[in-house]
Amino acid sequence: MFVRAYVRLLVAGFRRQSTYRLAALGGLVANTTFGLLKVALLFAAIDASGGELAGYDAATMSTYIWISQGLLGSVNLSGRTEVADRIRTGDISVDFLRPLDVHLASITSEVGRALFALIPRGVPAVAIGALLVGMAVPDSPAAYVVGAVSLVLGIVLSAATVYLVGACGFWLVETRGIAILYMIVSGFLAGLFVPIAMFPDWLHTVATATPFPSMMMYPIDILSGRVDGAESLGLVALQVGWLVLVLGVGQLATRAGRRRLEVQGG
Amino acid sequence: MADLSIAARTAPYRAVLAARIRAQRTYRSNFLLDLASSLLIGLVELAEVWVVFRSVDSLGGLDLAAIVLVFGLADVAYSLADLAFGHCDTLPTYLRAGTLDVFYLRPQPLLLQLVTSDISLRRLARAGVGVVAVVVGLSINDIAWSASAVGLLVLSLASGVATFAAMFVWAAGAQFFLLDGAEATNAFVYGGRYAATQPASVWDRPLKVVFGFFFPMAFAAYLPVVTLLGLPGSEWMPSWLGWCAPLAALWMWGLALLTWRTGVRHYQGGGG
Repeated sequence: MFVRAYVRLLVAGFRRQSTYRLAALGGLVANTTFGLLKVALLFAAIDASGGELAGYDAATMSTYIWISQGLLGSVNLSGRTEVADRIRTGDISVDFLRPLDVHLASITSEVGRALFALIPRGVPAVAIGALLVGMAVPDSPAAYVVGAVSLVLGIVLSAATVYLVGACGFWLVETRGIAILYMIVSGFLAGLFVPIAMFPDWLHTVATATPFPSMMMYPIDILSGRVDGAESLGLVALQVGWLVLVLGVGQLATRAGRRRLEVQGG
Repeated sequence: MADLSIAARTAPYRAVLAARIRAQRTYRSNFLLDLASSLLIGLVELAEVWVVFRSVDSLGGLDLAAIVLVFGLADVAYSLADLAFGHCDTLPTYLRAGTLDVFYLRPQPLLLQLVTSDISLRRLARAGVGVVAVVVGLSINDIAWSASAVGLLVLSLASGVATFAAMFVWAAGAQFFLLDGAEATNAFVYGGRYAATQPASVWDRPLKVVFGFFFPMAFAAYLPVVTLLGLPGSEWMPSWLGWCAPLAALWMWGLALLTWRTGVRHYQGGGG
């Protein structure tokens, strides 16, 4: 019974997103444009360094570019969440009255929307990339399964992490500034702009010390076949570790925030 | 009305802008956070270029020193245009809420009202990153300084600001038709900013058509730098083309004003 409520939330989030069709099309145009520009620049960089750059050849780089663009609608790297607005306006007090965990319910409906976005934005972006440019795929069937699990874990982790940005609102009320900082840092460290393997060592170490590569970089590395076998399972384990940690912090923050919550006006 | 002096005519605009500037400085900690974020955005974008160029000797005929100059010029031009015209992308919000109708009631040109309705001082921090990149770029590149080199630099910067400003106006004009599809214009406005910091020589022909000439992003920084440093040109882009940046700005403004006019005429009101 209890689980069914969350399944319904997931489906509701999924269906809600399905009404924004024109917005999804606009997003797809943007993803494709950026994708083509990145193909031009990064392919030239691979050419200039003799066919391989930081472990990427043209085919795996293409996979990286198009999956990362396709995931933009699903992995929240903008820092903006609904829960932040609900805390600021005080609507969250209504959510606390419901017989659901506010933290998990909020993440569930965010994940529902993210999963829907794979249909109008994720799949077409990858299809466009595969048709126009071509891309590398893993050899073994198992890699697709591990890759799919990793992809979903990345999406859930991003929803759970961005929830923490919103939860700061229990103490700060206005979280716009933090959301912007989150947007800048998360995109860069998740490997949205360039793969983190191209980072200099110190920056690579910084990136891997955060949950951001688990949201986008690791699933892509598995789906492009760049990482396979035991190593790919290791990445998935790392993702699970981050997810457990972030969910734990979210539970604590929500409980502490609930006591701290102050609704203004009335 | 005709005998009003310029001071009297611009008084309403100046009053609005002064109020906006005061408003932004009132919430001091928020404003400082905004400044810091803008600075960080500029730095991360520079880091992105650096990460790519540090791993190769040269890309599309540009080395790291040259791309720093390209990045700087493009970013200064974009930030300044964004400072004055960037909030044009709030137009869809006005359209959806129906509040645009208020603008129609005032006896001032619609576009001028929209442009002067706000000014984002925080973008100054981002322009700061660009200025530093330009200064560093000018000092580490081997430039044959002359009156014409200075002229080219000033001309290309002014044209770059005008071109990006026109991009914002074009996007706003297209919003009248797109509404929820605002992200489609982002592809060209923000994609254009990204394209302007790249060496256009690595693009294939379709990209050259779109971002080289139709939206003349290559003219904002890449082509002037090629001309300034005396680098060899690429297909469709001879090295003297940098001097044509003002033509690119004119073309983009023509396109922008045409789109804007069509959009304004298409608008039927928000109802209510």
